[in-house]
Amino acid sequence: MKTTIRLLRIAALLALALAPSARAQEAYAITGAKVYTLAGPPIENATVVIRDGKIVAVGADAKAPAGAKVIDAKGLEIYPGMFDPWSELGLAEVGAVAATVDTTELGEFKPQLVAGTAVNPASAHIPVVRASGITHVLTAPGGGTIAGQATIMNLAGWTMDEMAVRRSAAMVINWPALQPRGGGGGGAAFRARTFTEIKQEYDKRVQELGDWLERARHYAQAAEKGSAAKFDRDLKLEALVPVVEGKLPVLVLARGAREIRDAVNFCEKQKVKMVLADATEAWKVKDLLKQKNIPVILPPTQSLPREEDDPYDRSFTQPAELVAAGVKIAFSSTAYEFARRLSQQAGVAVAYGLPHDEALKAVTLYPAQMFGIDKELGTIEPGKLANLIVTTGDPLELRTEVRYLFIKGQLTSTDNKHRQLWEEYRKRP
Amino acid sequence: MKRNKWILAVACLALSASVAHAQAQSSGVTLVKNATLLTITHGTIENGSILIRNGKIAAVGKDLPAPAGATVIDAAGQYVLPGIIDCHSHIAVEGSVNEGSISVSSMANIADVLDPDDIEIQRDLAGGVTSANILHGSANSIGGQTLVIKLRWGQPASKLPFEGALPGIKFALGENPKRSNSTVLPGTQRRYPATRMGVEDTIREAFTRAMEYKRQWDDYNRRKAAGEQNLIPPRRDLQLEPLVEVLEGKRYVHSHCYRADEILMLIRVANEFGFKVRTFQHVLEGYKVAKEIAAHGAGASTFSDWWAYKMEAFDAIPYNAAIMAQKGVVVSINSDSGEEARHLNQEAAKTMKYGGLSELEALKLVTLNPAIQLGIEKRVGSIDVGKDADLVIYNKHPLSVYAVPQKVLIDGQVYFDREKDAAGRAALDKERKDLIEKEKKAAEAARRRPGQTPPNRTGETPPNPPQPEREGERP
Repeated sequence: MKTTIRLLRIAALLALALAPSARAQEAYAITGAKVYTLAGPPIENATVVIRDGKIVAVGADAKAPAGAKVIDAKGLEIYPGMFDPWSELGLAEVGAVAATVDTTELGEFKPQLVAGTAVNPASAHIPVVRASGITHVLTAPGGGTIAGQATIMNLAGWTMDEMAVRRSAAMVINWPALQPRGGGGGGAAFRARTFTEIKQEYDKRVQELGDWLERARHYAQAAEKGSAAKFDRDLKLEALVPVVEGKLPVLVLARGAREIRDAVNFCEKQKVKMVLADATEAWKVKDLLKQKNIPVILPPTQSLPREEDDPYDRSFTQPAELVAAGVKIAFSSTAYEFARRLSQQAGVAVAYGLPHDEALKAVTLYPAQMFGIDKELGTIEPGKLANLIVTTGDPLELRTEVRYLFIKGQLTSTDNKHRQLWEEYRKRP
Repeated sequence: MKRNKWILAVACLALSASVAHAQAQSSGVTLVKNATLLTITHGTIENGSILIRNGKIAAVGKDLPAPAGATVIDAAGQYVLPGIIDCHSHIAVEGSVNEGSISVSSMANIADVLDPDDIEIQRDLAGGVTSANILHGSANSIGGQTLVIKLRWGQPASKLPFEGALPGIKFALGENPKRSNSTVLPGTQRRYPATRMGVEDTIREAFTRAMEYKRQWDDYNRRKAAGEQNLIPPRRDLQLEPLVEVLEGKRYVHSHCYRADEILMLIRVANEFGFKVRTFQHVLEGYKVAKEIAAHGAGASTFSDWWAYKMEAFDAIPYNAAIMAQKGVVVSINSDSGEEARHLNQEAAKTMKYGGLSELEALKLVTLNPAIQLGIEKRVGSIDVGKDADLVIYNKHPLSVYAVPQKVLIDGQVYFDREKDAAGRAALDKERKDLIEKEKKAAEAARRRPGQTPPNRTGETPPNPPQPEREGERP
């Protein structure tokens, strides 16, 4: 009896936590704006209606329902909230202070780790990034060959449960590098290794990675309902089962053309769903990426060329080149303290040939498609989660301001640590 | 990274040859016409022209006629900005920028290790940078000597220094000189100082010695001038000499700093010994003590929006430049990075969003203001008659993220031309392939001769020979 009551109580609490909060029942109508839905051409002088966290109507003829809070957005523009699909947001506060950094666990194969576990919802970075028009991010663990699971989260909420879009959104794999690792740095001990040595280690790592997936496949078979096989529970293999079943994409971080080529072949052979990231030399293998339908999350456009004799604008032109070849791309910050530069990275790609419309989609819709959340996010359409921004103009331009920001249909503050310090100190007599 | 150094060297040779060729061909007169001129000092001129003679701006106005034999650059629909000046750079340096072994490394001089083949010169030039303040690292309370260069890509090291620019010296406060974020190697001791108290003490000790050294020399020179015989001059001290130059106003102090308290500390020490801090670098908490910086007369050279990469950067805000500028400080935005330097115009644009600077104020942050900070404002920093013809031609307004530099001129010479750069790539690719073929053939020929090893590469050579990376300067 006692147990039943306790269970009921837990169930009630759970229901409360999962149900939209009282505030989410609020309805909003944003009127008079130019709306870039990204599902069709922009609509002039349109209204976006939001209710219960979702977009319920968009259009020049959409009407504000009775009781809705009306936001006059005449002269402003509305876009889907931006999505940074590869960040470390919430996992690190101050880079040089180890105690505040939870990005990188020890060990080489750590599929059981989940980024969302270590995200600090009170991180000072979250409101700062939000103010730049980013409404949701993927935050990824690092280190080792299998780094762990990345989490996609909204940048608003009191707890991870309230923030999570997908607690487990992808398995992060650091593809081994055919480059000498480490070294450098103030003449610290540096052992030159031959290519043969590097290649041997590379092949060994790739083999190990394959072995892990093979074991996960056997584990999945043993764990199948009705299987007679006896087995001990293994948290690592258990975490890899959704990967080998093709339900959880792998986010593969690979830079060089050779590594990318190997990773693509590996994932095809292993029948796992691959999203490529880091990809400095994706341009060299664009035809393969197009042919195998592998989407690419790019590192910041504003990066130095990989090779000394690459053209100076190699990384500026890569996004346009990939898109022209038919490869689906997304921009990313790869960081926490630089996440607010996401729109700048997309803007620079436009300066060097990427169509503007593609750049907008590469910070909204395309990354959502890559992780299978495009039914919920990525465009402004009825039925989708109301993550959107109301801006003074083109969100990729440097001087554009975000006037209003909605996350899960909530009008969310753009105040942050930086604005507070500005307000405080500019008034110093 | 250095894999194709030899290919690059060939490319450099080709490029410098073509620059020399261009110089020989040019009559020394160039007219840039039909452009929107962002002069910085006297407004925006639509459909403007700039006449360049012997590397200097000879005339600025609307519809200037092209003198006979002048090279004409038609910049219709484009924007001309004075060349960008980066007040904090570490490009064009061979090897490490830090002589980190001692707390006062003022005897080390960046001018001794200029590397004219550093590809980052070309990359930053292509981003519109024409002059840069090349600094020693920040591992020491008093670091090495610094100099200002022009990004004359393709010229030898002797042609890089900005003629007549006063040299500088790097100081550093806070976490870097106290080595907070560095590992102590096994078998080594921690280096003094390890606190901000010790940093102040290190600087005071050094200047106390420098004052005494200066006294000895002044005394010697006075007695010698008075005709005294058989005098023995004081022993030269290469560590203290640059500090004496600071005391005499012949060398600028560029001090790396973060927190408000350490900024005030250095102002106090400077006042005690009677010198001026020329610029506070990074100065991410400068907004907290802007009026004290303004009162001292120091400039502030900061980042646009970097923060949180270490503890002393946790109160950094992107409004920093705007607050300091609004409180009367001469402010610039710098790069501290070969990458960041490529878009300083964009970084300057952010101050319009963060703090509400005007377009002109924003553009000054990367042109006239850093020129003032480096004492070269009579030569560069604006489009004015008599100044060096250091110019960037953009296809769009440089405060837009969509602007791309098309041509960059230094001393009236086109050192970067986007069209030519793109057109030259096929030739470079072919050259690279030819050289690789030649190598392969040589290796093949050597293999056919028994008992001889191939002249160059073998299968055991890694594709990218591991090189200790240049020790990156920590911001």
